[in-house]
Amino acid sequence: MKLDTSGLESFPSLISHGNDVAGEISAPPSFELPNSNDFDSFLKEAIQMVKPAKGTTTLAFIFKDGVMVAADSRASMGGYISSQSVKKIIEINPYMLGTMAGGAADCQFWHRNLGIKCRLHELANKRRISVTGASKLLANILYSYRGMGLSVGTMIAGWDETGPGLYYVDSEGGRLKGTRFSVGSGSPYAYGVLDSGYKYDMSIEEASELARRAIYHATFRDGASGGVASVYYVGPTGWKKLSGDDVGELHYHYNPVTPSTVEHEMVEAAAP
Amino acid sequence: MTKQQANWSPYDNNGGSCVAIAGSDYCVIAADTRMSTGYNILTRDYSKISHLAEKCVMASSGFQADVKALQKVLFARHLTYQHQHNKQMSCPAMAQLLSNTLYYKRFFPYYSFNVLGGLDSEGKGCVFTYDAVGSYERVGYSSQGSGSTLIMPFLDNQLKSPSPLLLPAQDAVTPLSETEAVDLVKTVFASATERDIYTGDKVEIVILNASGIHREFMDLRKD
Repeated sequence: MKLDTSGLESFPSLISHGNDVAGEISAPPSFELPNSNDFDSFLKEAIQMVKPAKGTTTLAFIFKDGVMVAADSRASMGGYISSQSVKKIIEINPYMLGTMAGGAADCQFWHRNLGIKCRLHELANKRRISVTGASKLLANILYSYRGMGLSVGTMIAGWDETGPGLYYVDSEGGRLKGTRFSVGSGSPYAYGVLDSGYKYDMSIEEASELARRAIYHATFRDGASGGVASVYYVGPTGWKKLSGDDVGELHYHYNPVTPSTVEHEMVEAAAP
Repeated sequence: MTKQQANWSPYDNNGGSCVAIAGSDYCVIAADTRMSTGYNILTRDYSKISHLAEKCVMASSGFQADVKALQKVLFARHLTYQHQHNKQMSCPAMAQLLSNTLYYKRFFPYYSFNVLGGLDSEGKGCVFTYDAVGSYERVGYSSQGSGSTLIMPFLDNQLKSPSPLLLPAQDAVTPLSETEAVDLVKTVFASATERDIYTGDKVEIVILNASGIHREFMDLRKD
């Protein structure tokens, strides 16, 4: 029995049945336009699709001693900087951290909700929840709100019985296990620094310096990132905040101004 | 046939600005009293400030119908809390309640830009600043509303406090005295009135400190 697959076809036949092949080759070049009724709103939607990612820089990576988590602290509403001191690393419980990218209210609310669910899990099961379990709880909630406009791009980092754990969870319903992530509009810059300096056998000091540098470089080049670069470490005894440095000051720390001798010094011209 | 768009919006913007400044043992919360719609002034005498708990005051600008509804919800929840716990809600607790209340309407938000001010359990001033859907943080000072883009840079210049994210931690509250902070607020509103059409008429200033609550008014340009 031959199945009727005509319903699967979504494009009109590309083969021109006319005899005018020569005419088509000699026609002037033109842009292909979509066959939509309302071209203006189609264009608006298309721009939305390629719009730059959430205005922030967050990163996290696993190394031999645990997980390093870092983020900037700038919140922007369009072109206005609404805050330079947003806490983007959220403390879910003493051994798990979540990062915030996307809608601030969405991230704050759902991370707090996740902390509550983790605590209930502890009480019900008499043991701590794993990072795998916690990230799955969050991913399932976000998946159920898929398409409703939530904007969450978070990393869940923690230390459980299996050792260090790191998951990326987003509001499209995605959940990825990994060893190195960076989320936000500054992430390409952060990845550049992070990937080139990463070694699994780093010490805690080296890893925290790498994380700090990656955030600093992202804030330098990305307008939507800035403020204070916070670095947290998650180890077997839980998380600990290692540093919080203003990126403006970090700039002069990494690029010190050396006073140079001036050959011709400008002096005020004598009054006529 | 192209999709029909609604030509009625459930929201309106009534304009106005609010400011809050936290001190070592006081908190100043202020808002102008002009309520507008489009280019019209509806009234020159509308209070945007609501006294939610003994040590907690909220100022909100945006759509005043949503603000009124929000104030009623919070007031009712506070009453329930008092019956259940036999005490007043602390300012940080009210801050979390406001955040949750705003987020519960995440898909049909309260068009309300809030600033919460008060004294924490140690008697130090605290200010919490919000967006329309409930994200919040504790800060040393904040402004919201139509004049906030004019007011905030000035407050940053005069009051810039070290970020609470810095390590080692530094105090966020301003070293200004209460009278200096009130003078600063009056200056700020006078300046915002000059360049923002939605800010003016009068500014209502509420001061919370250990001896209680004190309210004063100052006239602003009415044009």
